[in-house]
Amino acid sequence: MNTLTPNDYLLLLAVPLIPLLGYVVQIFFGRNLPRKGDWMLLGGMFIVMCITVYMFFAHAMGHVGPLPFWNESAMTPDGPVFRWLYNTSDVPGDQNLIAGILYDGLAAAMLMVVGVVSFLVHLFSSGYMAGDKRYHIFFANISLFTFAMLGLILSDNILFLFVFWELMGFMSYLLIGHFAQDPDSPRIKHAAAACKKAFLTTRVGDTCLFFGMAMFYFLLPREYNDLLAQGAIEGERVISSFRFVDLWTMGGQIVEANNGEYPFWMSVAGLFTFGGTVGKSAQFPLHIWLPDAMEGPTPVSAMIHAATMVAAGVFLLGRMFPMMSPEVLQIVIAVGAFTALFAATIGCTVNDIKGVLAYSTISQLGFMVAAIGTGGLGIVAGLFHMVTHAFFKACLFLSAGSVIHGCHHEQDMQKMGGLRKKMPITFMCMLICTLAIAGMPLFAGYYSKDRIIASVIDSTLTQWRGANVFALVALPLAAMLTTFYMFRLIFLTFFGEPRDQHIHDHAHESPIPMTAALIGLASLGMFGGHFWLAGDPLSNNGTWFTNLVQWQTMYVTSRGGSLDLTSMNMIAVTEHTAHTGHVWAVGVSLSVLALGFFAALWIYGLKKLDPARITSKLGLVYEAVRDKYYVDEAVNASVIRGTMGLAKGQKWIDENVIDGTVLGVGRLGRGLGTLCAWIDKNIVDGAVNWVGNTTQALGSVARLMQTGRIQQYVSFAVGGALLLAAFHILT
Amino acid sequence: MGVEAYMGVAGVLFVLGIVCIISRRNILYVLMGIEMILNAANINFVAINRFGNGGLEGRMFAIFVIILAAAEAAIALAIVLNVFHLFQSIRPSDADMLRD
Repeated sequence: MNTLTPNDYLLLLAVPLIPLLGYVVQIFFGRNLPRKGDWMLLGGMFIVMCITVYMFFAHAMGHVGPLPFWNESAMTPDGPVFRWLYNTSDVPGDQNLIAGILYDGLAAAMLMVVGVVSFLVHLFSSGYMAGDKRYHIFFANISLFTFAMLGLILSDNILFLFVFWELMGFMSYLLIGHFAQDPDSPRIKHAAAACKKAFLTTRVGDTCLFFGMAMFYFLLPREYNDLLAQGAIEGERVISSFRFVDLWTMGGQIVEANNGEYPFWMSVAGLFTFGGTVGKSAQFPLHIWLPDAMEGPTPVSAMIHAATMVAAGVFLLGRMFPMMSPEVLQIVIAVGAFTALFAATIGCTVNDIKGVLAYSTISQLGFMVAAIGTGGLGIVAGLFHMVTHAFFKACLFLSAGSVIHGCHHEQDMQKMGGLRKKMPITFMCMLICTLAIAGMPLFAGYYSKDRIIASVIDSTLTQWRGANVFALVALPLAAMLTTFYMFRLIFLTFFGEPRDQHIHDHAHESPIPMTAALIGLASLGMFGGHFWLAGDPLSNNGTWFTNLVQWQTMYVTSRGGSLDLTSMNMIAVTEHTAHTGHVWAVGVSLSVLALGFFAALWIYGLKKLDPARITSKLGLVYEAVRDKYYVDEAVNASVIRGTMGLAKGQKWIDENVIDGTVLGVGRLGRGLGTLCAWIDKNIVDGAVNWVGNTTQALGSVARLMQTGRIQQYVSFAVGGALLLAAFHILT
Repeated sequence: MGVEAYMGVAGVLFVLGIVCIISRRNILYVLMGIEMILNAANINFVAINRFGNGGLEGRMFAIFVIILAAAEAAIALAIVLNVFHLFQSIRPSDADMLRD
C-alpha cells in the first residue's frame, strides 16, 4: 500500500519548498537580479514540474490492483512528519496533530496538473508581463501562490489544508490587485475593487469551512467515544484529529453504527464544509467574485482562477466526500447543476473575452461539483474533469491573454475579428482547447464531461431524487450552452471581417515564451484525456484512474472498517448500468455538442441570423442575463447595504451609548474629585489648621509671662518658694 | 536672748534684700540687695555657730562668704558696666533680652 520510500517523500517535500525558497529570495533580491529574477523562479518551477511528473509516472500511473494507491508519510517509519501538540489524553503514544504528506491518487494527479500548469504559466508570464513595473513582485507572488497550492494538495490533514487555503486566498487577493499598485494603470480602481471583492466574498466561504472543520474536529471523536461506550462500535477510544484518514474512519464507523444514517450534526458540518467549496470554487451565490477577478493579469486568471485555486474547492469536496450525508449531497448537486446552467447562460451574452472564460470557468466548476455530488463514479468524473479542465481552461485563458497582448490590451470581442491569420499559433491552440471544453470526441474534455453526464444519468436511474433530475436536465443544457458560447468566442475573435481596422492592423503574434506555453497546454488539452484511460473508453470500470481516485472507501475497507457503500452514497454501479448510462451519455453529449456548434456557426460564423434580432425578441430575459441576473445588485442591496446600515447603527451606538457612558463616567469622576477636593480643603486642612492656630494662641498667652525682666523672675522664684513653704507647713 | 533673735534679724535682713532686688529701679541697689541677702546668711552662720557645738566652721563659712561676696561684687560691677554699655541704662527692667 505504502510504496514510497523516505527519499520519495523528501522529493515530495521539496515540491512546495522550492517555490517558497524562490519567493523568499525573489521578494528580497528580485529587483536586483538579472532579468529581475524570473529565470530563477522559472528554473525552480521547472524542477518542480519534473519532480511531479516523475513521481506521477514512477508511482501513481498505471497503479491497478485490489489496494488503493495510498501513501502517507506519517505511516512510513522514516517519512518526513511534523509532530505538533503532543497528546496527553488517554491514548498513549498518539499525537493530536501530525502534519505529513499524503500522496494518494487524487494528490498525485492534482500535483502533476498544478506542477505542469504552474511552470507553463510562469513561462507565459515571462513574456506577457515583460515591461511591467512590478515584474519581480508579480513573480514573487505567483511563486508563493504556487507554494500554497502545492502544499494544499500534499497536506494529509484538513488544518494544514485550511492554512494553505487561506494563504492562496490572500495571494489571489494580491495578484488580482496587481495593477492596483500601478498608479499609471487605467483600471487601478477596478483592480482595487475587484481584489477586495474577491477576498471578502471568498472569506464567507472560508468562515463556513472553518466552522465545518471545527465541528468535525470536536464532535466526531465525542460521538465515536459515546458510541464506543454504548458498545455500538468495537475498538479503542480515539482523540480529536484533523487527519483525513482519521476523519473518514471515525465518520464511516459512526455512520455504520447508526445503521447507515448520518447524524444530523454531520449534515450541518458537511454543509459548512461545502460552504468552503462554494466560496473558493465560485459556486452560486458566491460566484460574484470570479468575473471581477479578471482584473488581474491574464496569467493569474489562467492559473489561479481557472486551473488551480478554484479547483481547490472541488479538491476539498473530493477529500471530504465521505463526510457528506446524502442530504448534503443533494444540495451539492443542486448548487453545482444550477451554477453550471446559470453561468453558462451569462457566458453567452458577455463581450469581454476574459469575461466569457470567467463565466465558463464558473459553469465548468458547477459541472464538477454536481458530478461529485452524485457520488460513486461521479467523483471520478468530477475529479477527472477538474484535471482536464485545468489544462484546457488554462490554455484558453493564456490564448485570450495572447490575443489581448497582441491587440494591445483590447478585451472587447466585438472589436476583434479576423485575427486567424495574424495569430495562427494562438488561434490553433485556442481552437483545440475550445473543442476540448466543448466535448469533441478524442479531445480531453470529452472524456471527463461524458463521464459526468453518464454519472448523472446513472445516479438518477438508481436514486430518483429531485436534485439528480434537475442535474439531468441542467447539465446537458449547460453543455450545449458551453459549446455555443465558446464557438461564439472563436467566431467573433478569429473569423469574419475585422471590425476594428486599427486593432487588426497592429495585431501581432506573441513572443516565443508565450506561444511555447500555449502549445504545451494545448497539447495537454488535446491528449490530456487519453492517458488517464486504459482500455475501453466507453466503460468507467477498470480504468486505472477510477482505481486511483476511488480511494476513501477502499482505504477504510482495507484498514478493517467495513464501510457500507450505499450508506456513503457510493452507489455500486454495476457494469450493466454503467454501460447503459454511457451509451446514453455519448448520445446526449454528442447531440448537445452538435446543437451548440451549429447554433454558433449559424449566428456568428455564417451570420445567417442577427444576434440583435434574438436579443430583441427575448427582451427582458436577455437584459436579465446580460446583467448577470442582477446578483451583484442583489448582493449590493442586501449584504453590502445591510452591512453599511449595521455599521451606521453601530456608529450611532458608539457615539451615543458608548461615548455617552465613557463621558458620564468621566463626569462622575470629575464630580467626585471636586467633592474630595472640597473635603480636603475644608475638613482635613481645617483640622490641621485648627490645631496649629490653637497651639499658637496658647503659646501667645503663655508667652506673656516671659517678659525677660530678671526682677520679675526673681519675684516668681520667691513666690514659688513661699508657696512651697506654705504647702509644706500646711501639710 | 537666744538664737531666735539673731535669726529674726537675719530674716528681716533677707526679706529686705529680696524686696530690694525685686523693687529697686537701679541695678546698683540690686547688687546691694544681694549683699544684704548674703549678710543675712552670714548672721545665721555666725549665730548658729555661737549657739551650736562650739566649733569654728560657721565663722569660717562667714569669712568665705564675705570673700565670695567681694569677688562677686567685682564681677557684678563689671556686668553692670557692660549692661550700661549695651542698654545705655542701668534700670533692670530695660535689660529684657532674656525674653527672646
